[in-house]
Amino acid sequence: MVRAGLIALCLGLCAPAWADDPAPQRVVSINLCTDQLAMQLARPGQLLSVSRIARDPVSSAMAEEARGYPINTGRAEDVFLLAPDLVLAGQFTDPATVNLLRRLGIRVEQIPIARSLDDVRDTTRQMGRWLGTEDAAEDAIAALDATIAAIRQPETRPRMALHYANSYTSGAGSLPNAILTVAGFDNIGAELGLGSLSRLPLELLVTSHPDIVLQGQVYDPPARAQEIQRHPAVREAALRREHLRDATWVCGTPLVQDAIRALAALREPAE
Amino acid sequence: MIRPVPFGALMGALAALVMLLFAISLLTGPAEIGTIDSLTALLSGEESATGIVMREIRLPRAILGLMIGATLGLSGAALQGYLRNPLAEPGLLGVSGAAALGAVLALYTGLSVLFPLALPLMALLGAILATLILQSLAGLRGGALTLILAGVAVSSLAGALTSLVLNLSPNPFAAVEIVFWLLGSLADRSMEHLALAAPFMLAGWAMLLPLGRALDALTLGEDAARTMGVQVARVRLLAVLGTAASVGAATAVAGAIGFVGLIVPHVMRPLVGAQPSRLLPASALAGAALLLAADIAVRLIAPDRDLKLGVLTALVGAPFFLWLVFRTRRTLL
Repeated sequence: MVRAGLIALCLGLCAPAWADDPAPQRVVSINLCTDQLAMQLARPGQLLSVSRIARDPVSSAMAEEARGYPINTGRAEDVFLLAPDLVLAGQFTDPATVNLLRRLGIRVEQIPIARSLDDVRDTTRQMGRWLGTEDAAEDAIAALDATIAAIRQPETRPRMALHYANSYTSGAGSLPNAILTVAGFDNIGAELGLGSLSRLPLELLVTSHPDIVLQGQVYDPPARAQEIQRHPAVREAALRREHLRDATWVCGTPLVQDAIRALAALREPAE
Repeated sequence: MIRPVPFGALMGALAALVMLLFAISLLTGPAEIGTIDSLTALLSGEESATGIVMREIRLPRAILGLMIGATLGLSGAALQGYLRNPLAEPGLLGVSGAAALGAVLALYTGLSVLFPLALPLMALLGAILATLILQSLAGLRGGALTLILAGVAVSSLAGALTSLVLNLSPNPFAAVEIVFWLLGSLADRSMEHLALAAPFMLAGWAMLLPLGRALDALTLGEDAARTMGVQVARVRLLAVLGTAASVGAATAVAGAIGFVGLIVPHVMRPLVGAQPSRLLPASALAGAALLLAADIAVRLIAPDRDLKLGVLTALVGAPFFLWLVFRTRRTLL
């Protein structure tokens, strides 16, 4: 009843503000990746609030910057109370939240999961168009492209196995695959024909003889999922293990250039 | 009516079956290694990738499958004999669930990193608490119905608390692992897990296996057993501690696997002539065979999905349980 009343009220009062002004003035982001894209591209004062997880240094590549913004819970209730004229969400943001906000007359835009560096460029341009900051978007893409152009591609490419918690890996058609490829590595997951997010059983990890095993972040407190990274078989096989903060490449924003540089730097001793 | 078979022949056949399944378990896995190659790599101790796969990945899995299956079969038979209740089983009664709760508390608070033995010890503590609660709720002479209701209460409470602890954990993976603790799996267990759990399981077996004679006498009733020189209090202590130690350790490394302890003693009972002293070792072997078979099946059915063991054991066990309730409802209810 309350919700029905709220919607009826809103149909009369909340005329979509964006219909007249192309650049939204009150932008709220409720997804970790749109948080970071918006913080990189928005004009001062344009972005009202980011999600709570944007401040978490474990998951967010821009945890420091996020401290400069008020946080929201990502639930329709407090987002609605901020009276936004644009809400930014991810493709897999809870559809109940997205639909409720749309029924309340709020414009919600969603970004897809990036599966390639072209996806990163497209999404960044799209975000620039939504925010009316196309120039900032082009600058960010140019910085990413300059990083990629500066990476020296080796003659023999070391083979890298991605080994996340619970033995998951990224195969062909994934952003991590694209990133380690431009950083000068071959991906064992792609070599084994694994999909974009699949399991790489420990047995295959050991028998595929990777030059480097890149393990996911180790979270504290512990979970069973991470025991696999300390499994004696990985130690015994004397594989070189490295870590990369998940935050640097979990989101397909131009900041993945940091991940590209970090991975390329791992290659030097391996060659 | 199934006739009892000669005990020696039955044990020999079961042991052969366990050995066969153990070997198949060693030969099952995603890395395609030939039979000869894998056995030579296992025995030669070479430092090749094949050797590592065999010794560090497949061997602990097969040994744990054998030991945990034996633990569940044995403790099911002991609980059914001691409680004189055909529906008693560590999974159904919530003993496994409470052990999982103890293990979860040890693992996700970080306690087991500082002190590895905390994992099996906390699981043991959970199992003991559950057994004591069951006993005080249902009593030694409580009917089957009371015991099962108490078990439902204990296992749902333990399951809820396990889920709560994992949901509250700040680790992003913890919530996903509720499934493991409620359904159990042997995937990617290592020699370290085996070293942690095996002593407790062996100690539990050592307490449960000698109970056969006393349980034989208890089938005649507690008073009759007393006149035959059975110390009922000592039997109770050994049954509770033995179950808690072995099931606790098994659950601490593999999660709560249900129904094995229910099915196995019932299948074995007609074969051994309903004699607890024979039922205990036969159930241990049959439990090992059943769990090894289930663990081979999860790897063949869904090789890349880490299908949980409890799914398979429940698919077989739950209909069996229903049939058992149906068959015995007149005497029970």
